[in-house]
Amino acid sequence: MTEIEFLNWVRGPGFQIAVVIFIAGIIIRFAEILLLGRKTNLAEAKGSEMSGGLRTIVTRSFPDRGTFQRSTFTIVAGYIFHIGLFVTIFLFAPHILMFKDVIGFSWPSLPTPVVDAVAVVTIIALLAVLAHRMSNTVLKFLTNTEDLLVWLVTILPLITGYIAFHRIGMTAPSLLAIHILSVELLLVILPFTKLMHAFTFVLSRWYNGAISGYRGVES
Amino acid sequence: MSASLEKGINALKEQVDSTVASFFSSCVHCGICSEACLFYTETGCPTSTPIHKAEPLRRIWKSEYTLLGRVGKMFGLTAKVDEEMLTKWETRVYDNCTLCGRCSMVCPMGIDIALLIRKTREGMAAAGHAPEDLIGATKRAVTIGSPMGVKLPALLAQIKHVEKDTGLKIPLDVEGAEYMLLLSSMEIMNFPEFIGAIAKIFTKAGVSWTISSEAFEATNSGIQIGVADIAAELVQRIVDAAEKLKVKTVISPECGHAYMAIRWEGPNLVGKPFSFKVRHILEILDEFRKDGRLKITGKETQRLTYHDPCQISRRGGVIEQPRKLIDMFSDNFVEMPDHGKMNWCCGAGGGVSSNERADEVRLKVFQRKKDQLDEIKPDAIVSACSNCRIHLEDGLEEYNMDIPLLSLTETLAEHLAE
Repeated sequence: MTEIEFLNWVRGPGFQIAVVIFIAGIIIRFAEILLLGRKTNLAEAKGSEMSGGLRTIVTRSFPDRGTFQRSTFTIVAGYIFHIGLFVTIFLFAPHILMFKDVIGFSWPSLPTPVVDAVAVVTIIALLAVLAHRMSNTVLKFLTNTEDLLVWLVTILPLITGYIAFHRIGMTAPSLLAIHILSVELLLVILPFTKLMHAFTFVLSRWYNGAISGYRGVES
Repeated sequence: MSASLEKGINALKEQVDSTVASFFSSCVHCGICSEACLFYTETGCPTSTPIHKAEPLRRIWKSEYTLLGRVGKMFGLTAKVDEEMLTKWETRVYDNCTLCGRCSMVCPMGIDIALLIRKTREGMAAAGHAPEDLIGATKRAVTIGSPMGVKLPALLAQIKHVEKDTGLKIPLDVEGAEYMLLLSSMEIMNFPEFIGAIAKIFTKAGVSWTISSEAFEATNSGIQIGVADIAAELVQRIVDAAEKLKVKTVISPECGHAYMAIRWEGPNLVGKPFSFKVRHILEILDEFRKDGRLKITGKETQRLTYHDPCQISRRGGVIEQPRKLIDMFSDNFVEMPDHGKMNWCCGAGGGVSSNERADEVRLKVFQRKKDQLDEIKPDAIVSACSNCRIHLEDGLEEYNMDIPLLSLTETLAEHLAE
């Protein structure tokens, strides 16, 4: 297989397989959760489940003061790499072109040097997150193989993307192929690991807010 | 697999629903919940990380209700729940958690971790891994009617004393009364003044009320230990009594988990909505206040603060009422840092105070409450849960602090205009 053939496979069939597993995986996971159902609450309500649930979906993005003070590093580093991932995935001009190809519409991009800088910051934030995970007593205790695996598949597209953009080491088609392959790995793994929180956070926050809202508490 | 382990695993399976599945699917192991839990902040012990306490339930969810987990199980790759694990988790789930729910308020994914631990207890208890003291309390609650073994004659004796002290009649088994008051054993035995305070306030407010001789116990050991059948049986006794006396409202007294048990879990445990309302005593008193039924005289000049009982405030939704009521008799009220729905637990709820094995740790984690109190230096603490009250007194004594504990209801009664 030549370099170009490899890139074509990765961009073509490889990408299609990854996207199918990604979408099917997410549907399966949501079905697994929602089909379990939930009993109707028979206690007299004091507030609304719906408004409590919707409120918490939004408010849980903003920690209370005490929590921020106690978990400053986790929260700040978390914010940085989540925003960084959003910017590098969705606001990088070549990515937007790819999205336009797949879904048919596009949106404005950020200047390339800005995205480049954000990628570096995101990589540093993820490295710091790993260092924190390996040194903090609680995080070290909680950490399992899956935590390390998802860390790796999250940082790989950033690193391979950065290298491909700066054409370090190999020729452009190979670098691009490796970058796309690392994204495909992320897509395939996401639905079956804790990375699924990218979608299920809406459900869990809603349930939390709904349970509290029913009792008249804003959570 | 032993029969008891199988029972435990089945009980855990029964706990899994869409909330549980969405919660476990969302956990990213960020560890933020540990910093919300006084059993971690005051001990530094990572096994007290809230989400970790629900690990038995997570394993059952993963291995039985996820595709990947089921596949992994076939190859022996999915982690199992066994006797050894449950033995390890017993102290984590019962001694080092008060189900206070503070973790549920800070999780960035919105996981209601306290609910997961509450559900984990159902499996632990079914598998025979509940603390002996809680098993004893639960047995007494079922056979005698009270976890502390308080029988009707003891209540009648206390009522007699209260009637003599106050000169007021304590109405027993009055059919058609508007309110039926429940009491915790702790109130009957340690704080009978509470009954007198109610008599005084309700007489002044001009409302009819009663105590049922058949169901006066408010606490529910089934909730604390995590045995839904027993919890339901204890709730049913109250339902039967309330229906028999045809009361409009059942009042949960100054007790945290009793309110959770009858107000929020009760109808779900017995499987049908109640034909009567359930209110916490603070909600009733606040209604009296709004209706102008409370005439107050004299103000407390000492610096007062309010300790929010977790099951009444954060988990119960009664947060504003105590503040409005305290305002009626105090000009010098100060909030603790992290009050209301973010208050720190006293350290003895959720069955911890009934579990002698946890005595050492509950006094150790009281340091959190001490730090809160040190910041505001109150002259007295008002609260609305006799379990919090007893433990706060215990903790203050342990840490050589001299701050009296006041019941909100009793203090209000003292300030009623003649």
